[in-house]
Amino acid sequence: MHRAEPSYLTEGSTLASWLTTHDHKRIAILYAVAITFFFFLGGIAAALIRLELATPHGDLMSADTYNKTFTFHGVVMVWFFLIPSIPNTLGNFLLPLMIGARDVAFPRLNLFSWYLYLLGGLFTVTCLLLGGVDTGWTFYTPFSTLFSNTHVVLAVVGVFIVGFSSILTGLNFIVTIHTLRTKGMTWFRLPLFVWSMYGVSLVMMLATPVLAMTLSLLAIERLTGVGIFDPSLGGDPLLFQHFFWFYSHPAVYIMVLPSMGVVSELITASVRRKIFGYRFMVYSIIGIAVVGFLVWGHHMFVAGQSMYASIVFSILSFIIAVPSAIKVFNWTATLYKGDITFGAPMIYALGFVGLFMLGGLTGLFLAATALDVNLTDTYFVVAHFHYIMVGGAVMAYLGGIHFWWPKITGRLYSEGWARFAAILMFLGFNLTFFPQFLAGAEGMPRRYYRYPDEYALLNVLSSAGAVLLAASYLLPVGYLLWSLRFGERAGPDPWGAKGLEWETASPPPPHNFERPPVVTDGPYAYVHP
Amino acid sequence: MSATMPEPAQPFDDLAQQHEAAQLGMWAFLATEILFFGVLFTGYTVMRVLWPDAFVAGSRHTDLPLGAIETGVLLTSSFTAAWALQAVKRSRPREAGWLLLFTATMGVAFLGIHGAEYRHDDLAGVIPGIRYDEVGDDAPHEALFFVLYYVTTGFHALHVLIGVGLLCVLARLAFRGDFLPGNHAPLEVGTLYWHLVDIVWIFVFPLYYQVGRA
Repeated sequence: MHRAEPSYLTEGSTLASWLTTHDHKRIAILYAVAITFFFFLGGIAAALIRLELATPHGDLMSADTYNKTFTFHGVVMVWFFLIPSIPNTLGNFLLPLMIGARDVAFPRLNLFSWYLYLLGGLFTVTCLLLGGVDTGWTFYTPFSTLFSNTHVVLAVVGVFIVGFSSILTGLNFIVTIHTLRTKGMTWFRLPLFVWSMYGVSLVMMLATPVLAMTLSLLAIERLTGVGIFDPSLGGDPLLFQHFFWFYSHPAVYIMVLPSMGVVSELITASVRRKIFGYRFMVYSIIGIAVVGFLVWGHHMFVAGQSMYASIVFSILSFIIAVPSAIKVFNWTATLYKGDITFGAPMIYALGFVGLFMLGGLTGLFLAATALDVNLTDTYFVVAHFHYIMVGGAVMAYLGGIHFWWPKITGRLYSEGWARFAAILMFLGFNLTFFPQFLAGAEGMPRRYYRYPDEYALLNVLSSAGAVLLAASYLLPVGYLLWSLRFGERAGPDPWGAKGLEWETASPPPPHNFERPPVVTDGPYAYVHP
Repeated sequence: MSATMPEPAQPFDDLAQQHEAAQLGMWAFLATEILFFGVLFTGYTVMRVLWPDAFVAGSRHTDLPLGAIETGVLLTSSFTAAWALQAVKRSRPREAGWLLLFTATMGVAFLGIHGAEYRHDDLAGVIPGIRYDEVGDDAPHEALFFVLYYVTTGFHALHVLIGVGLLCVLARLAFRGDFLPGNHAPLEVGTLYWHLVDIVWIFVFPLYYQVGRA
């Protein structure tokens, strides 16, 4: 009988040993548990929204409750799921393994970030229990400062705190990648997932402080009744939008860059080939991270900014499609004439590419100023960003969880169920959000809790899709938990994949490697070119 | 020799690598701080363009001589902080300890002077949201100047306060003989932080105290 090797999982089993751990792998698990909790919390809000919209009448909840529901959904999903999901779970677990390090550079800071995340979550949940917020996740002034009678300050404090968690994680990753690469691991031998973590960390570090100070100003303004965003005092609400989107547009790349890293790993491993155009994949990550800072104004085409500003932001928004397209073309070229294994991770990865493409192309519609004026604040926008953020981030996150599950837990899951869930998710996702493109193009506004009868069919389809989508989220919870106890033992490298993380045991020993590995070759050294 | 070189922390191979990480970490943190304050300076610029007269009127309320003394105090403290680092590099840890204590005292002096300024403002009735007695056409927009002034100097003072605590800890470590010529990463990143506090003030002083006082 095979006995389990000592691993990070067997290092101590008490709750205290988990809550005070400095091991990046355990912290990744802590994040995974907390993030899953928030994901389902935000998911319940989403389900309520789709339930309300299943009929044209406002029969489930009042307009007020509906506002609070979609605000809660947005706040929780953006700040407590989409932004931390891949970096804080997969990133935390894999980054040190992939570069051959024993841990991240600042293990204690890493644990501290997790506690900050929980503290921020506590504020947000408290805010919900006290009655919620109705401003929308964007907290636009002057509504949030002058008119809303809800717990704006509490929600803002929650987001402020979780922002610091994200800043510190980014900082930790950057220092780790700079200083802890093992012997022979040069910059251009880094796996693309590590590069994507580098790009996303830069964005987290440089954008989040702007949000933090902006929200502080908002809170001060709300509490004292004076402030620089209040138009009745000569303040400038447009300034709030500039600051807010200076963070929140790059935040979209916080959500999608890690996904691109994950998908690159999944595709190359499933085809057993080197990724096509490795250097261009790296440059496009950096390109997206940099240009991502220059496009925020496309959220403000109809807000009253100058026409010339809109033209510049429109052009810059088109430009960011170039590095994104490079990625899609290179994934396609990697697949070309490849010997593809259609495991669950690969299905998720291909699903990602499809959804990301549709989301990205509709982004070009919205970057065109003339079209945007027509489509702003309709369901077209809702569909667009769900394709990018949910289709992109959630697909890749689940794909990554499946791909590295054997490494994290040492167990294999049921392939059949996993493939079924992946396909169901793709179908459910498209059924939910594709009709919203059509509804939006026909003029259905977002954030309304009832609508004219002619939009009923599209909304019923969308709500039906949400049921499938919910099922596809619940299924993995079942079979993955099942695999923890009954799953087959995985061995160090069940997929025959390349990369340092596959060279150590599954689950890895407490300090990752018996001896520090030495790298002598570029990434993805598969036999086929 | 009283102390020996310590073992590097768990993720690192050697002390040199650990120092490199500590330094890079602090530089990265300072980058986030710059963006943090950048929002306030951008806000200042926009508001100043929108309401130039009100901002000129507002800046006449700040206390130029006190501001100049504060600037001197902070610059001196930055100098002694840098000197402390040099002292350690030349194997004079006790000297470094005293210099760090002096630096912390300068920080406390700064906070004291600034507190006096706030008190003065309160009496003059120029704190929007608490007591604001200004009247006239420009008064509402002048309030925007004061909001930015208090938020900026308030956050800055908070940084000074944290810095003072940090300097006291560093002084203690210096007296205990923890810093050696090749091993002083905490001191180095601590003084870096203190210089940032100084640099932010270098922007605050001209923007809020000097501009508009022709």
